[in-house]
Amino acid sequence: MRDTPLSNCEKRFLLKAIEEKKRLDGRQTYDYRNIKITFGTDYGCCIVELGRTRVLCQVSCELVPPKDSRPTEGIMFFNLELSPMASPAFEPNRQSELLVVLNRQLERCLRNSKCIDTESLCVVSGEKVWQIRVDVHVLNHDGNLMDAASIAAISALSHFRRPDVAIQGRDITVFSPEERDPIPLSIYHMPICVSFAFFLQGSYLLVDPCEREERVKDGLLVIAMNKHREICSIQSSGGIMLLKDQVLRCSKIASVKVSEITELIYKALENDRKIRKEGGKFGFAESMPKERITTLKRDEAPVEMTDVKETANEIVNRTETPTEAVSSPVLVAMGTAQVGEGIVNSWGLDEDEEDEPQTEDTKTGSV
Amino acid sequence: MLFLNFYFENKSFSRFRKYTNTAHSRCFLAMDTIHACFKEKIGEVLLPGDVFSFRLPESGDGSIKTEKTICGPGLRRNGEEVQVCKSGILRHKQPNMYWIDSQQRRYVPAKGESVIGIVTAKSGDIFKVDVGGSEQASLSYLAFEGATKRNRPNVQVGDLVYGQFTIANKDMEPELVCIDSCGRANGMGVFGADGLLFKVSLGLVRRLLVPQSEIIKDLEKIFPFELVVGMNGRVWVKAKTVQQTLIVTNLLETCENMTSQQRQTLFKRVADGCL
Repeated sequence: MRDTPLSNCEKRFLLKAIEEKKRLDGRQTYDYRNIKITFGTDYGCCIVELGRTRVLCQVSCELVPPKDSRPTEGIMFFNLELSPMASPAFEPNRQSELLVVLNRQLERCLRNSKCIDTESLCVVSGEKVWQIRVDVHVLNHDGNLMDAASIAAISALSHFRRPDVAIQGRDITVFSPEERDPIPLSIYHMPICVSFAFFLQGSYLLVDPCEREERVKDGLLVIAMNKHREICSIQSSGGIMLLKDQVLRCSKIASVKVSEITELIYKALENDRKIRKEGGKFGFAESMPKERITTLKRDEAPVEMTDVKETANEIVNRTETPTEAVSSPVLVAMGTAQVGEGIVNSWGLDEDEEDEPQTEDTKTGSV
Repeated sequence: MLFLNFYFENKSFSRFRKYTNTAHSRCFLAMDTIHACFKEKIGEVLLPGDVFSFRLPESGDGSIKTEKTICGPGLRRNGEEVQVCKSGILRHKQPNMYWIDSQQRRYVPAKGESVIGIVTAKSGDIFKVDVGGSEQASLSYLAFEGATKRNRPNVQVGDLVYGQFTIANKDMEPELVCIDSCGRANGMGVFGADGLLFKVSLGLVRRLLVPQSEIIKDLEKIFPFELVVGMNGRVWVKAKTVQQTLIVTNLLETCENMTSQQRQTLFKRVADGCL
């Protein structure tokens, strides 16, 4: 299906709003949307929600013969898929440029930064090593897929547990999770991508662009960094000219954002670990809040609470003293009575439910 | 003797538009039985598959007065029954119109509806316009006010147009026009040099287009703005400043699931904050 085209007036409005430093959802220029990380019942399954962008990542492992050039190292395999449910622009089985770019950036971010110790994945040198496969599926596209994908991938890798193995001579025994506890991967650091979108020939930049902002951008700068302020990869696309101090400024912003996001990941992992240890319920179903479909879901807004005490006192002083207690029971109306000790109920009665207004039958039918 | 006469129904909410008259399904049945069946369900949520069957009274003495009952969108006649085919609330309008008020976001083009489209291509004599349906609609360049073969309208790719469907069925590509039957534009045509276009659900759009819409009345009190509402769920807003436009956009998007009480408190809060 074709994607909805962007009209000229939307483009003009977005650029005008960016010039005035206003974004569509009221964020500031350097603000991220709400990030929510949830883990599934299996180890290594993680869903990340960045505003309305949703990405699912699943990590799995398999014993395979190693590469000839590296007989003592395990293999990491990354795969990102754009599901057609994410956006009408994504068609199945079509290799689009966006897909290639995202896959490449994810690989560079995770593989070349050597965040996972691949030597620890070796079981029998030259014969059997673990192949870790990271599958990222995009469930909903509302901008900034790269950041969401990198957060999901690294969270899932940190959450994943591989089966324990025992080697006796040349025999390998792989233990199931019931026999022996599975072992986590050894992760040195957590590289996370931060995207900066540039507009109007590089004069304005926005962090974490949403889908409409991405459509009017001139260029994109993606910096992958970890919390130790080491840059793992940096990529600029779109062909715009960036000044040196712009790039330095972006890397400073990125380091702040990355440390916040890493905190979030640690907290989510810790929560999950605690719940599993205590034997509580975990998984995606539990992490979804119980919402009725008819209520509006909104994040909490801060409320001005100054002089609440004075207002409360005023209200208390203004009310009349209540009448004395009445004996019980008191028949208030047909079908409604007051039973118990205390004062008379001063709330009015509900009006009876009236029947639907009778439709005027101008002609009565008789058969 | 009962006389039954039916026409096939058209699934459009035509009563909300200025340009009316599409066919509805009409049933001629005894008045009592219809109202008795429908009456108890007015205002209730019905699901597809719910059936109203009209049991014909046994004794027939003399002539019966038949009335016509109009079954609107969501209701469909099936033999001697009326079946619900969309989930929603049963509504009634005097004297004899019944329909299901349902909620969806995907737009299906229907004849006579006015929509906001985005021009995607210019080819020869026609413009291709995206209206949010499964196919792009075609808009002839002669279908503008005062357009002739020599005097072409000034329409670029990416412009917004407000037009009406002359042809919209499932077998053919839909066609738009930007003039009414007298040849006058009547508010249609290219618009929107500034302002913001966004998408809402079809139910909210219908609530906005009701003649005395409460939402519009509440919004007017906050600050002045221009508003164009298309039946395909697209809304265009323009206010004096960018900030005000963004406020109106966000307010309309959140009005979707709020009761009128919640909406009024929200609008009041915004008005107090703005002024």
